[in-house]
Amino acid sequence: MTVGAIIMLILGLGVTWGGAAVCLTIALRNYSK
Amino acid sequence: MYQREQWGTRLGFVLAAVGSAIGLGNIWRFPYMAYDNGGGAFLIPYFFALLTAGIPIIILEFGIGHKYKGSTPVTFSKIVQKWEWLGWWQVFIAFVISIYYVVVISWALNYMLLALNLGWGDSTKKFFFQDFLQISSSPFEFVGIVWPVLAGSVVIWFVTWLVLYSGVKRGIELANKIFMPILFVLLLIMLFRSVTLEGATDGIQWLFRPDFSAILNFKVWTAAYGQIFFTLSICFAIMITYSSYLPGKSDINNNGLMTALINCGFSLLAGIMVFGVLGNMAVEQGVMVKDVVDSGVGLAFVTIPKAVNFLPASSFFGFMFFLALVCAGLSSMISITEAGCSALIDSFGCSRKKIASLFSLVGFFCSLVFMTRSGLYILDIVDHFINNFGIVFAGLVEVILMAWFFRSEPFEELFDPKKPLRWSTLESLFLTESIREHTNSISDIKIGMWWNFCLKFITPIVLGVMAFGNLIGDFRENYEGYPFWALVIFGWLLVILIIVLSVVMQHSGKKEKIL
Repeated sequence: MTVGAIIMLILGLGVTWGGAAVCLTIALRNYSK
Repeated sequence: MYQREQWGTRLGFVLAAVGSAIGLGNIWRFPYMAYDNGGGAFLIPYFFALLTAGIPIIILEFGIGHKYKGSTPVTFSKIVQKWEWLGWWQVFIAFVISIYYVVVISWALNYMLLALNLGWGDSTKKFFFQDFLQISSSPFEFVGIVWPVLAGSVVIWFVTWLVLYSGVKRGIELANKIFMPILFVLLLIMLFRSVTLEGATDGIQWLFRPDFSAILNFKVWTAAYGQIFFTLSICFAIMITYSSYLPGKSDINNNGLMTALINCGFSLLAGIMVFGVLGNMAVEQGVMVKDVVDSGVGLAFVTIPKAVNFLPASSFFGFMFFLALVCAGLSSMISITEAGCSALIDSFGCSRKKIASLFSLVGFFCSLVFMTRSGLYILDIVDHFINNFGIVFAGLVEVILMAWFFRSEPFEELFDPKKPLRWSTLESLFLTESIREHTNSISDIKIGMWWNFCLKFITPIVLGVMAFGNLIGDFRENYEGYPFWALVIFGWLLVILIIVLSVVMQHSGKKEKIL
């Protein structure tokens, strides 16, 4: 795969699943309080 | 007095909302849209659309559903009584979608069983259109029920009825706690299998290689906004209904963000899986990936079965793929039908059990037309019109009313002439600001005034361009070359009919007080 494709793949997964993970972390952090 | 049901857990709500959003389009529409609109570069307008339209609308709908605690017609009625019909419009849109969506899930259910012995053979196109659907030559030639499709639809309607009958906690929440984990496990297994196939890397490369010149193309931006709009199950009564079952203290903003991001993340993973398989298929056939790329019904029921034929353990992979389609479709189907049931329960005060049974029975009989030999034509026309002239227009009206006209308090009580005229002061006049204050007051993640700006300017402009662009396009030429009268009966008249019915519904039924 080209470098461009790899970068866009990582960007896409990072924004979506990374963002979801951040939201989940915030939710779990307050759940445990 | 009618006591409104509630979700049992926050996880249950999020899984249900994600289940509603994740549907067949995440698997068979997004990958092709990305490939055809700049590949990896498509993610730029896609994420911009997510941020400026998708997330704002989903938080808006979660917010108003939670604040006003009613199905969509009741919610609009509580905001401004004379706009109740807008809620009914969205409910009727959902009903129409449910009666043909069930048939597509039935196709997937049938193919799931066919996968066990690769019953589609080598000529997958001929099999799907001629042997399976027994397609006639015109939309008006609908003699003959396709019995396997009917049998599958009976099963899907039965499951849907059972879930609706059982209620929010024991039905919808429980169903999504089963379907969503199954769906994600299936996707991960297929993903792992797909990326390890010969040629998969080449296929995935075709999906993600960026063509940045596409960003300068207006068509790509409308494609991105269209994809975001249709993928999130917004503007047709579902998210307002689902969020109305939330308890008082609920993190609306975080839930909205999670739903949107998980939905889009699923699309990306599905895209990798699909293009990995297409890459392998291209190698096996000795052609290029662009020669095998497909989308929609063709991808799912012609191209993928053909690709599956080449795979090791092909029956297993094929079974998993179509089981995933069934799970994705069912979770969406449940949400679509719940939007209708909830509205009827609120409006007529009947029990959920009676409404669920009646709704499923009526829905089944209305679905029959899509199970005939001309079902695919009628489905295609109805789907095109209900999406482009139902959802898009209803969404446009909803957003404009919320952002520009609806107020939470009378104008005189809100506007203080002694205060300096600032954007925030002006914005406080509109309902969207009271919704933002409401969601921020109970959410860990606070949203800023950018949300108001998006709903006021970006979203209406985009939806307006989509709506009127579609209108002009369909006036200029017949959609897909279908006969004029087929488009009039199954398209234009249907769109007008549901608006008329919505106004009629506003003036009927006794309204139960919702606690």
